[in-house]
Amino acid sequence: MANIMIRQAADGGLVFYLPKRDLEASVSSIEFDSPEKWGGELKLDNGGSYYIEPIARPPRLPISLRAKRLGAAED
Amino acid sequence: MTTLSRAETEALIAEVLEVYPEKAKKDRAKHLAVNDHSVEQSKKCITSNRKSLPGVMTIRGCAYAGSKGVVWGPIKDMVHISHGPVGCGQYSRAGRRNYYVGTTGVDSFGTMNFTSDFQEKDIVFGGDKKLSKLIEEVELLFPLARGISVQSECPIGLIGDDIEAVSKKAAAATGKPVIPVRCEGFRGVSQSLGHHIANDAIRDWVLDQRDGQEFAATPYDVAIIGDYNIGGDAWASRILLEEMGLRVVAQWSGDGTLAEMMNTPKVKLNLLHCYRSMNYISRHMEEKYGIPWMEYNFFGPTKIIESLRNIAAFFDDRIKEGAERVIARYQPMVDEITAKYKPRLAGKKVMLYVGGLRPRHVIGAYEDLGMEVIGTGYEFAHNDDYDRTMKEMGDATLLYDDVTGFELEEFVKRLKPDLVGSGIKEKYIFQKMGIPLRQMHSWDYSGPYHGYDGFAIFARDMDIALSNPVWSKLVPPWQQGVVAEAQKAA
Repeated sequence: MANIMIRQAADGGLVFYLPKRDLEASVSSIEFDSPEKWGGELKLDNGGSYYIEPIARPPRLPISLRAKRLGAAED
Repeated sequence: MTTLSRAETEALIAEVLEVYPEKAKKDRAKHLAVNDHSVEQSKKCITSNRKSLPGVMTIRGCAYAGSKGVVWGPIKDMVHISHGPVGCGQYSRAGRRNYYVGTTGVDSFGTMNFTSDFQEKDIVFGGDKKLSKLIEEVELLFPLARGISVQSECPIGLIGDDIEAVSKKAAAATGKPVIPVRCEGFRGVSQSLGHHIANDAIRDWVLDQRDGQEFAATPYDVAIIGDYNIGGDAWASRILLEEMGLRVVAQWSGDGTLAEMMNTPKVKLNLLHCYRSMNYISRHMEEKYGIPWMEYNFFGPTKIIESLRNIAAFFDDRIKEGAERVIARYQPMVDEITAKYKPRLAGKKVMLYVGGLRPRHVIGAYEDLGMEVIGTGYEFAHNDDYDRTMKEMGDATLLYDDVTGFELEEFVKRLKPDLVGSGIKEKYIFQKMGIPLRQMHSWDYSGPYHGYDGFAIFARDMDIALSNPVWSKLVPPWQQGVVAEAQKAA
């Protein structure tokens, strides 16, 4: 489990940030994206994927969450 | 003075790596790359933020340097105690030239060195008692200090002193913030972790101290984050922002105060100059207080104009007009500088090796003078820095991460730049080789280099370095004949 932060990107997408490793990557897909269920598997543009417990869509980004690593990029 | 093709640059890297043993060669190869605009993510071509190889000459600093030297040190109205042996604080004292306004020793303490001067008995029996006595003395001698930060040096972590407990007790006794910072030098691979630790300490101990307090806010409040006022940089930036109608509430941390930091959560926008050392606190403020942050670049007119317009885009028409007014006002000055220096400097090649933001931020300033940056590298960058750098650098230019003394020397010998921008440790190596070097850490005791006023000084400094007649006089007269004959024979 790792602490991560999800931000709103300037282009409207989401940005994934892992402070411990200073890893910044765009979220290319999010499993659940509705107002009452938001989260699940996050696929990143660097090839990694993380899982966050689905929650109600946060009213404001950025938000810090706990995430589980499913598959990391080669790093 | 040669522009190499991609294949040639790759061959150069391979040739330089040839001297290393197999294992070291494999490791170092990951840190050297040829810039390729088609690669989207830097980590596909360059590895960064890794432990330096034992045995090579690295140019990196330590976590203590990142915290005390960079982030905390410039906060002028606090006493920063270098807790541990005397050397760490003394040999780095006042070296970064973070200018400030104030009376040193009375209400400002930027250039002073406070240390607990650890001796053998402190290592054996612990230094907590010494620390609390030191804080009492500081309070007695410097009653106008607004707070104290305890910057740990290596032994503190090794012997397991409880500086948090001492700080808590001292804070209660003095009624001022006493902030323990766990920035022992051995942590992490470079000063970069020290920045992060320092940011986290500010987050935990300083930032929320004035939450809920009244503050006379305006819609135009901004904070300058990550400008350390080296040679007056932050002042040269600040006047531009104020001229366009913004109100600068805080300077982090050059010429900054504790109160400014506590007021920062009230601003509307955080302006981030040094991304590497202060993105952490900006991200935190974005999450907790909803303050957006943006990176900007005040080196060279092209980037300044771009940044001023980007900053103004966050605000209403009044600020947008203000930005245009500032740009128009300084344009004649810029034209004058470029008219004077561009003919003298155009076409010259530069190699950079610095830290933080400079390896990418100053590229624009050199280009404004018609110069070309043919190689750049960071001491302690992470992948996100290289993501940003690769867009700035020309295709097929050289990138080097945590370059070793040997590699940098070889690259310079082969690429033959007209100017190198690096630090004091590199300065005399290259100057003896006949290549001028400007220290880009401390602006070579000059500055400021930020803003329009800084650009004038930057252009002048690059010109005096390059046009110095000494570079053609490196072969002594009694050897000139020998050299000429040797050339004739060949």
